[in-house]
Amino acid sequence: MNWSQLFTSSIGKKIVMALTGIFLVVFLVVHCYVNANIFFSNAEENFNRAAHFMGTNILIRITELGLFAGFILHIFQGYKLTLLNRATRKSRYAVTAGNKTSKWYSRSMALLGTLILLFLIVHLAHFWVPSRFGGLKEVEYGGQVYHNLYGEMKDVFSQPWAVILYLLGCFSLAWHLLHGIQSAAQTLGWTNKNFMPMITNIGIVFSILVPAIFALMPVFMYFGWEINTGALTLLF
Amino acid sequence: MQHYSMNLKLNVWRQKNSIDAGHFETYDVNDISSEMSFLEMIDVLNERMIAEGKSPIAFDHDCREGICGMCSMVIDGRPHGPWEGTTTCQLHMRAFKDGDVITVEPFRANAFPVVKDLMVNRGAFDRIIQAGGYVSVNTGNAVDGNSIPVEKDKADDAFAAASCIGCGACVAACKNASAMLFVSAKVSHLALLPQGEPEKRQRVKSMIAQMDKEGFGSCTNTYACEAECPKEISVLNIARLNREYLHSSLSGDFE
Repeated sequence: MNWSQLFTSSIGKKIVMALTGIFLVVFLVVHCYVNANIFFSNAEENFNRAAHFMGTNILIRITELGLFAGFILHIFQGYKLTLLNRATRKSRYAVTAGNKTSKWYSRSMALLGTLILLFLIVHLAHFWVPSRFGGLKEVEYGGQVYHNLYGEMKDVFSQPWAVILYLLGCFSLAWHLLHGIQSAAQTLGWTNKNFMPMITNIGIVFSILVPAIFALMPVFMYFGWEINTGALTLLF
Repeated sequence: MQHYSMNLKLNVWRQKNSIDAGHFETYDVNDISSEMSFLEMIDVLNERMIAEGKSPIAFDHDCREGICGMCSMVIDGRPHGPWEGTTTCQLHMRAFKDGDVITVEPFRANAFPVVKDLMVNRGAFDRIIQAGGYVSVNTGNAVDGNSIPVEKDKADDAFAAASCIGCGACVAACKNASAMLFVSAKVSHLALLPQGEPEKRQRVKSMIAQMDKEGFGSCTNTYACEAECPKEISVLNIARLNREYLHSSLSGDFE
């Protein structure tokens, strides 16, 4: 047995899905934390400064390459596994058990993943492309020039269709995570009699909490809400 | 519970051989007792068909007491029918009511080719066991079982895993036709006990390699297998199998 066999066996392919999935979950936490600046007082400056740091720090830019690799691996491996798994039963059942024996979202990871992918493409076109390749307005804080990514968010989320699309994206993400986190733990062999309930519950809380915070962002922007924290702000 | 009789309509998968495309045929079965088993109900239908000079429905069965794992069929989308923790032979007709239409199909998976009608060839499971699901023993007198101490919780888990009858309901229930619950039960049962421990590294690698070769799918943790298993084997065995596999791959000799 060698390394390539470890990652190409049926279990190995799942381990790749689990590891990249967990990496993407960690990314979600960072993304959520940075973006949470927009909820509080002095949102524009704090968020733009945080975005500037994320966009210019060399370590973070290198990690960004890893993030792209993680996304691409997770997406391609996911589709490949879906096709391989579908091919294991050429003759389909006339009647299936459906929700009687398993949860619909555990059987629909490819569909939910595709919805997230479509959302991701729009999302990158909205924010990542202009911040990397130009097209953002600029603002000045203390003599230094920053991209006004906050202004871009304001513009994008002044359109109701964008708010609805982002809410649907967060909704798909929540269902995907609800199965994904628990499934990754199981694939990596972390679950046992004692840990299974704890891991499942942590997964449920995460899957609801993080997408809910993300979903609130376009809503806050659209309605122009702000949580008044005075001088105390999240500032990255 | 009161006995009752029922008239049913059966949609049964008929397939001449492994090459035939197969199709459903509809049969009326009347005056079925609520106390018959599902297999006995098919026996009644088959008796009638034989008397009429028709080809009876082929299905596997052996012990008819829920321990051999032969009676593979999918009843209304459920391997071994609607009752939990039950094989088809232990499924009684009181699970149904008068006038029900019941769809009966074989276990469907490329790795389990249909032999005829509801009979499938589950030789793939035998080949997985042959790949490593055993303990090598030297000849000579058997050692007294009680001379080897085993912790109570490990003995319990090993026993629960060993109750797998290899019926294949897990494969039939899985949307990916994955054999992970079966393999995990066999790997767990031996890996947990001191007798199986010395060979556990090689065993898990060989059994997974054979499982992949047979064309079973990957596990996506929907846990439909656990819900359908007549012996209620826990999916925590799959986590143990994944652990054993990772451990075996990352440690020891790399050939």
